[in-house]
Amino acid sequence: MAEAQTTEARTLPYVAAITEGIRQVLLEQENAFVAGEDVAGAGGVYGSFKGLLAEFGERRVIDTPISEAGIIGLGVGAAATGCRPIIDLMFMDFLGECMDEVANQMAKMRFMFGGAAQLPITVLTMAGAGLNLAAQHSQSLEAWLCHLPGLKVMMPATPYDAKGSIIAAARDSNPVFVILNKMSLGLPGEVPEDPYEVPIGVANIVRPGTNFTIVAFGRMLHEALTAAEDLKADGIDTEVIDPITLQPFDTDTVIDSVKKTHRAMIVHEAVRFAGFGAEIAAQIQELAFDYLDAPVARVGAPFSPVPFSPGLEPHYVPNAKTIAAEARRTLGL
Amino acid sequence: MTSQPNDDTLRDMHRRMVRIRHFEETAGKMMEDGKIPGALHLYVGQEAIAAGIMVHLADTDQITSTHRGHGHLIAKGGDFNRMYAELFGKATGYCKGKGGSMHICDMDLGMLGANGIVGAGPPIAVGAAFANKFKDNGAVAVTFFGDGASNEGSVHEAANMAGLFKLPIVMVCENNGYGEYTAQKNHQAIVDVADRAAGYGMPGVVVDGMDVVAVYEAAGEAIDRARSGGGPTLLECKTYRYYDHVGVRGMGLSYRTDEEVMEWKKRDPIDLFEARLSEQDIMSKDDMAAVHETVKGELDVAIQFANDSPMPDPSTLLDDVYYVA
Repeated sequence: MAEAQTTEARTLPYVAAITEGIRQVLLEQENAFVAGEDVAGAGGVYGSFKGLLAEFGERRVIDTPISEAGIIGLGVGAAATGCRPIIDLMFMDFLGECMDEVANQMAKMRFMFGGAAQLPITVLTMAGAGLNLAAQHSQSLEAWLCHLPGLKVMMPATPYDAKGSIIAAARDSNPVFVILNKMSLGLPGEVPEDPYEVPIGVANIVRPGTNFTIVAFGRMLHEALTAAEDLKADGIDTEVIDPITLQPFDTDTVIDSVKKTHRAMIVHEAVRFAGFGAEIAAQIQELAFDYLDAPVARVGAPFSPVPFSPGLEPHYVPNAKTIAAEARRTLGL
Repeated sequence: MTSQPNDDTLRDMHRRMVRIRHFEETAGKMMEDGKIPGALHLYVGQEAIAAGIMVHLADTDQITSTHRGHGHLIAKGGDFNRMYAELFGKATGYCKGKGGSMHICDMDLGMLGANGIVGAGPPIAVGAAFANKFKDNGAVAVTFFGDGASNEGSVHEAANMAGLFKLPIVMVCENNGYGEYTAQKNHQAIVDVADRAAGYGMPGVVVDGMDVVAVYEAAGEAIDRARSGGGPTLLECKTYRYYDHVGVRGMGLSYRTDEEVMEWKKRDPIDLFEARLSEQDIMSKDDMAAVHETVKGELDVAIQFANDSPMPDPSTLLDDVYYVA
């Protein structure tokens, strides 16, 4: 992150940070292109590709048919033959339409070919509930991807991390998913103007603390930070860690924190059962068992599809209140 | 458009077909004898397609293959030693023993892999063709898929994108009449897969896949069109798979009759072609016999090489999951 100190940071919304990251990749890599549904003429349904067609032209910013398998396959084939594609998967929920290309082709090609193939492909996708988009447009499916050897998975929560993750992913010569959050599009944050990388596989201690560790990623980072403030009243000095990258996972930073605080909780928006939090909890008990003063807690969505109704959805997605409540329960407060 | 194949090209195609035939016959026997681990899908009967198409291609042109991929790699110039080593799971194989028959590849020859997933090749080939157009390098991608794969959504998506973006690609349907063990009449309502080309905005051509010269001519026209910016073609080659979906008579299933197999073998692509080469005085019987003998000798060497090669060291198990700078 030292690179970022070279220019003055401006405040940008998350969506503009995404656009700036993509734009700077296109400027720096002549074999990079962006392809996806509605990314060119419309500038993306979230506005994250705004202005790119005008600046880079239709050779490098390409509207595709609604064909997720075809789009990901195009990215895999183009990456294997010397391009550096940035592929947009409009909603993470659409993974089901292209899971063969992701799981059996993109993730495995290099290994199956004995290292003969290199796949510098970045996939941007949008996750998250909160906009009443119901069960097929609101999921957080990062666990699907983290289970696949060969993929790297990032889930940036802030404008700074969104831009830096996209640049790091595009400079990496492996397939990297950058999972963005649609509820955070307007979230402001400081973003340096020059290109910089958020290093892949390095967690960020967002809030230092001494006697409780929360690992939270995606939009839940912000909820966890609010919960941490709330817990101060009970003498809990929470350290909040954002792994940013889920695969490869920065185990050391989390374990070092738990060894110091002796109590840990993992928070994510995805369904709790078999969610990525289960992996983190397992790692903590394997590597820091003797340091633990309480069971490792997990907060996630209940075992249900995401509901539509404004009367239901807020009760489904974890928030600062439910996080703080679960923290108090697990800490016996 | 494309001229008739000259004598050198005819001899070249003959050699490619013979190389495939002996490689596959030998491999099938070794699989049934338990000398090759895992499963093989043999290309015997379909040789004219790979040979008649690949003879047009340079190493810079790419192909994607299928689970039945040995023939495509051999016709593209694949090395017997590295192929057999891979089938044996040896460290000297094309994939260092990580892929085996179903993932055999040679990126230097533009062979972007056999594929264990039916219908997975076309989207990848569309990506290669996209890259060719992006880089304006004049290269063409050719994707092979079967009549069975033609029913996969991924193939429709790829074909639509190939037509839409007018990509330099030839989509070759090797229609061998069966999707695994299910006859074509039981897996699709059409007889000619090429009929679907109109729906993708590209020409559809049907050719006798047992006649290498017919394949050569049709492929030449399609490849020329792709290379000159005229867009894709769906080229359907009618052919037949002599052996079972897997192995030679691996599962002993009664899904087709011996009579049907015998009927197709009467039009064996190598026999047909050799009769023609002989009739036209392009190759004598002795010339052709010499090709067969040379190929068999190369196979002996390759099998020896594979046998003598070491198994991959267990320490390499996790190599190449990721690229490490």
